[in-house]
Amino acid sequence: MVDFYENNNANVHRGVHALSLEATEMYEKSREQVAQFINAKDVSEIIFTRGTTEAMNFVAYSWGLNNLQKDDEILVSLMEHHSNIVPWEIISKIRGFKINYVNTNPNGTLNIKDFENKLTSKTKLVCLNHISNVTGVVNDIKYLSKIVHDYGAIIIVDGAQSVPHMKVDVQDLDADFLAFSGHKMLGPTGIGVLYGKKVLLQQMEPFHGGGEMIKDVTFNFKNQQCITSWNELPWKFEAGTPNICGAIGLAAAIKYLNHINMSNIFAHEQTLTKYAINNLKNLNKITLYGPTDSNRCGIISFNITGFSSHDVALFCDSYGIAIRSGYHCAQPLHQILDLQSTARASFYFYNTVQEIRRFIEILQEL
Amino acid sequence: MSAVSADYIARIEGTCGAESDIIVVLKFDKKDQALEKLLKNATLKNQIADMIYNFTYKEHVFRFYASGRIIFKGIKDKQTLNKLIDSLLL
Ligand SMILES: Cc1ncc(COP(=O)(O)O)c(C=O)c1O
Repeated sequence: MVDFYENNNANVHRGVHALSLEATEMYEKSREQVAQFINAKDVSEIIFTRGTTEAMNFVAYSWGLNNLQKDDEILVSLMEHHSNIVPWEIISKIRGFKINYVNTNPNGTLNIKDFENKLTSKTKLVCLNHISNVTGVVNDIKYLSKIVHDYGAIIIVDGAQSVPHMKVDVQDLDADFLAFSGHKMLGPTGIGVLYGKKVLLQQMEPFHGGGEMIKDVTFNFKNQQCITSWNELPWKFEAGTPNICGAIGLAAAIKYLNHINMSNIFAHEQTLTKYAINNLKNLNKITLYGPTDSNRCGIISFNITGFSSHDVALFCDSYGIAIRSGYHCAQPLHQILDLQSTARASFYFYNTVQEIRRFIEILQEL
Repeated sequence: MSAVSADYIARIEGTCGAESDIIVVLKFDKKDQALEKLLKNATLKNQIADMIYNFTYKEHVFRFYASGRIIFKGIKDKQTLNKLIDSLLL
């Protein structure tokens, strides 16, 4: 990113001068790297966004507003992050369709029976995260997308917690849309990705209007109106000056992750998670949430009797350990699990067993 | 909040979660002085690992962390919080 700002900084797709061409090449190369990383069929299926949240809003406004109507239904799981709930609530108020919420089991896993019961011929869309940011539960998207497609619906997958931690192959999962954020995978903030199947993106109206996303804006002198036509994919969806350096930074992060290898990352995090769960569960005053089997990732939410989650986070912070506390932007999940809030430790591949041991020692002091 | 109290405080943060705790972040170079004031004005109930100081003051309970944060529980409004802070950092 420093290299870009020092040597190639210019706007993309605009000038014919050398700097602009270099910047454009770097930006578009980044898109190719993202496409390869998630095995998209076509590079035009990758739209750069500000992050997962913007990607979800993108689909809600661009696809939802134009495709969902009064008698339609959508399914949203109760384990979703607010970014995969609130946009649909907003659009449903405008379009009048019904949102059916899918329950979770007491251990935080998706209630498949409820999912299957609520999926009907009226269902047009299913909104589901790949990995819960509260319990670390991994949803079997490949299996679920097959059922969803059998009903003629489409599925949007929140990959914010999966893409950084495991190999995600959009073709294998058969996801119609997938959203993720750069800052959760060693990239910079303010950059993220919406993957969409080309056939869907082609039918969709633009989310934002402005420069770069148009082919023509022709002023008709007779009727004093402008006639607009859209650019090709993916630029039809990238109005205005994009976060060029952010995309380049994300591609650099992907290069690094590829170098370490996503399978190695997943395996290491599984080791850390097992170690943490096995040792944390022996602590006196702790309650752990989420399943205890292996179908979960390196996210561990818990509470300690006598302390609020914020107390636990402040205590850990005193020792230089950063954990989160509160609802983690997933209030409905906390409500159905009957939790006031939770403290949450999460691991990445740079964490070590020693660090987790130290974390557990510190918790023991409470 | 009085100017004296404000001088100790960097930020006040609300939290999410049903508990709605309030976290007062003290200025780093003022945290030790603030602790002295708390020890003088409130009742220290106990201490955990030299890191947490559990205090009570009238009907209020709060915790001071050695990192310079104070977490207040069950405070309903800003006015009550400001008044409480003023009495504690007097
Ligand atoms: C599962 C999940 N979805 C969505 C988001 C929102 O991501 P962003 O804030 O980058 O848009 C997060 C962030 O915490 C998340 O964990």
